[in-house]
Amino acid sequence: MLPFVLLIFIPLVAAFALVASGERVKAWIAATGVLLSALVSSFIAVQALQGNGFGYTYYGGQIFGDVRITVDALAAWFILLMNFTVLTAVFYGRSYMKAYHGMKANLNLHWISYLVNHSAMLGVYMVHNSLAFLVVWEVMAISAFLLVIFEHWKIETLKAGINYLIQSHVSIVFLMIGFLWISGIQHTYDFSAITDYARQASPAAGILLFVIFFIGFGIKAGFVPFHTWLPYAHPAAPAHISGMMSGVIIKTGIYGIMRVILLENTNFMVIGTIVLVVSIFSGLYGVMLAIVQHNLKRLLAYHSIENIGIIGMGIGLGAIGVGIGNSFLAFAGFAGGLLHVLNHSLFKSLLFYGSGNIYQAIHTLNIDGMGGLMKQMPRTAILFLIAALAICGLPPFNGFVSEFLIYLGLFEAIHSGQFEFTALIILSALGLVLIGGLAILCFTKAFGIIFLGTARHEYRHHAAEAEPGKLIPMVAVVAMIAAIGLFPQFFIEFLRSPVQQFTGEVFVNGAQLTVSSTIQNLTWATWGFILLVAVIWFARKRLTASSSTVAGPTWGCGYQTSDARLQYTASSFVRNYRKLVEPILSVKKHKSVISGIVPEKGHSSTHVYDLLESALIDHPIRRIKAFIGRFNFLQNGSVQFYVLYGVIFIFIIIAFPLLVDAVVFLFELVKQL
Amino acid sequence: MLSLILIVVASFFFTGIIIRTKSLLSGRMGPGIFQPMKDIWRLFRKGSVYSETSGFVFKLAPTVYFASVIMAILFIPFGNQPGLFSFEGDFVFFAYVLALGKFFSIIGALDTGSSFEGMGASREALYSLLAEPAFFLLMGSFALLTGQTSFADIFGTLHFTSQISYAIGALASLVLLAIALIENSRMPVDDPKTHLELTMVHEVMILDNSGFDLGLILQTTNLKFAMYGALVANMFLTRGYEIYYSIPIFIGVQFLFALIIGVIESFWARFRMNHNPQFILMITSIALFIFLGVLLMLGKIV
Repeated sequence: MLPFVLLIFIPLVAAFALVASGERVKAWIAATGVLLSALVSSFIAVQALQGNGFGYTYYGGQIFGDVRITVDALAAWFILLMNFTVLTAVFYGRSYMKAYHGMKANLNLHWISYLVNHSAMLGVYMVHNSLAFLVVWEVMAISAFLLVIFEHWKIETLKAGINYLIQSHVSIVFLMIGFLWISGIQHTYDFSAITDYARQASPAAGILLFVIFFIGFGIKAGFVPFHTWLPYAHPAAPAHISGMMSGVIIKTGIYGIMRVILLENTNFMVIGTIVLVVSIFSGLYGVMLAIVQHNLKRLLAYHSIENIGIIGMGIGLGAIGVGIGNSFLAFAGFAGGLLHVLNHSLFKSLLFYGSGNIYQAIHTLNIDGMGGLMKQMPRTAILFLIAALAICGLPPFNGFVSEFLIYLGLFEAIHSGQFEFTALIILSALGLVLIGGLAILCFTKAFGIIFLGTARHEYRHHAAEAEPGKLIPMVAVVAMIAAIGLFPQFFIEFLRSPVQQFTGEVFVNGAQLTVSSTIQNLTWATWGFILLVAVIWFARKRLTASSSTVAGPTWGCGYQTSDARLQYTASSFVRNYRKLVEPILSVKKHKSVISGIVPEKGHSSTHVYDLLESALIDHPIRRIKAFIGRFNFLQNGSVQFYVLYGVIFIFIIIAFPLLVDAVVFLFELVKQL
Repeated sequence: MLSLILIVVASFFFTGIIIRTKSLLSGRMGPGIFQPMKDIWRLFRKGSVYSETSGFVFKLAPTVYFASVIMAILFIPFGNQPGLFSFEGDFVFFAYVLALGKFFSIIGALDTGSSFEGMGASREALYSLLAEPAFFLLMGSFALLTGQTSFADIFGTLHFTSQISYAIGALASLVLLAIALIENSRMPVDDPKTHLELTMVHEVMILDNSGFDLGLILQTTNLKFAMYGALVANMFLTRGYEIYYSIPIFIGVQFLFALIIGVIESFWARFRMNHNPQFILMITSIALFIFLGVLLMLGKIV
């Protein structure tokens, strides 16, 4: 009965209570509902991680067959990390949505969608029946769409939402093809059919099947080139939804890919290489575009693509490790990838909450219009800084631990295998290094321009620190980030059973022993570094206590009347970089030349457009539109014609069997001759 | 611990030797070797001026920058003695902790709201990101060659025996020298003696720092030089050498390193800003040669 309670009963009761309740308590009811299902599912998940898997089968009628509901270690890991972010998001959202008071119906729909979305994600992780999986996947997509278009009166939001809805359905089409392929041959919808099929199918068929699933799940996860919906949907959604989407909804795609790898259980080498190459590309492309964005949330959205790339690199390397029988690479890759899933869900949701605080304080997301916010919003600034350091993968925060695991796997494995393998490994390492360096450029820009210096424009609204209702969930996330950074051992221990599913028990033991002693030393080094900073900081305080400090204006190199307009902007900060990558990215620059004795006001603006989007989405759509346009004459607006179309359609439907019979008869005749 | 002490000692002389070399080559006597250290000591006792624009980040940044380099030095082995911290993949931590210091020095510069410091920060961020792949390519090649993944084990097992390996050793020293020049913003990437803020990289980032913080930043530069010098020295201090050999070798290499930098700065002009990325990427391609050399040695390619 537990799955029913979890998936249907709790959200249903909460939904009725929401509709009946007053506006002030709506968010509390939603939070309670989410909390209850999170508690129950986390309980199941923790047990599954400890080895007591949860399994339940019920008969779903003639169409579905037996629907297996199972929580294994892999699903448990994803459920636990999802629950944490869904909870912080609902509590942050409670505070964030106060700005929209008075929209009763809209808020009802929003919170009900939130509950449904949570249940649907739980379903995605638990259901092991492909038809039922497609149902919960669809419910998840639609509820996420409703969450995104909360501000549906803005045309941009609606466009972004519909973009997301369409791409979600392209994803579902690919999943359907994959699942139908299997069920057509194996005559069952159970997931185990994939394993049975892959065992006896040719490698080419198995790889093709994986590629189909990879595209389907990759659209949801945001791998390049299937990423184009992400930079629209994230900025359009309210902050807590962006955080939740980027933190956990796109991770269902990662889960799907890992589940398929686990189910197929063959061709590890080829599958791993495919995932690895796509991931390196995604990581680099995502961060390269992120740097030149002007909209804070769009910048963060491109960073999600980058981090999906890092996660994918871990998974790809893990699969390659299993393929070549290198247990260390397998463990480090899968553990690094899975840990990065958790890490990214933490710091990315924190960054989106931070962007929500900024948006509600100054009502803009244009980075170039910000500046000096650290003085008005010091707490948000510190929280944002921690998240920025973590996402750059810098010690002593959590992002470093997962990237370190991946590096460790790479350098330990570099000397096993042939030239091609070594080249692939060194390329991955270089990719990861470049991603890290570019991320630092991006987040020094984001943090430095938003929070430091002075305001570049006068804010239309008085910027004030966010209320505690928003800050407390953010502090909870920071606590987790610090915990992973300072006690990585504990979390890697949790990863043992999910990784074991891929590598096998004997395999994992030896590798884990080496990894854990290294991680232990890493932990000492991390603590040592924090101690060192503290010691130097206090020494500095003691030594400078007696010397005088004077406050003055910023040194303007002799120019006495500098003002805020002279500051470096985000665009000028990344100008050198932009010049360097201009051949690869499409950056359009418009500027008016200042000339004459009495010059007029000049302007300069840069617009970045995603080249892949124009090649893979815009161009084909233009072609399709042009083709379909030829049938415009059918839409002539007179009712008589439409009645005629209807009649023709009905006639064809009725005549179709007769036509088939006639054709069959003709064939028979020809055969007899 | 020995490497920490030796690096700190070397850092006291390093900039002095560079400056002395430059002045001798240009026909001047120049200041004494300890003049840079005397300047830093003077700064440590001075008061500070803080801009009204800057805040907490600006005050914290020099401390983190200094601590990051000290932390990185703790990883550097001395011959067959590992550093204070040593574990598999420690050079990743080494690079990332330096990156953390860089992050703070960049946001510290942006905290002042000065257009000049923003400019310097932008350049520093780009150049150090471009230099990073070369270091990882170098360490990756060594990991491939020795089958080890920590500084101590890599330098402990590294032997230069064949002709290819001599070439690799020379190229690796060249790469480390170039990285040291880029990371410390010296010629040909940046001219520390220029008087035009528009053409500076590192100097223009620290325009607003004064007193104790400025002293910390200057000493960090010295330490960074000595740190890269120690990495080069480590390639020649392999197992079997006793301390009475290795310490003179170490000091000799550091001295030579400083001398070369002084000579480079005397005879080489600074690049135009937009040529710097090309120069830095060239270092990566040299590192790629090292990688190919290692593949040749291992017989992975013919």
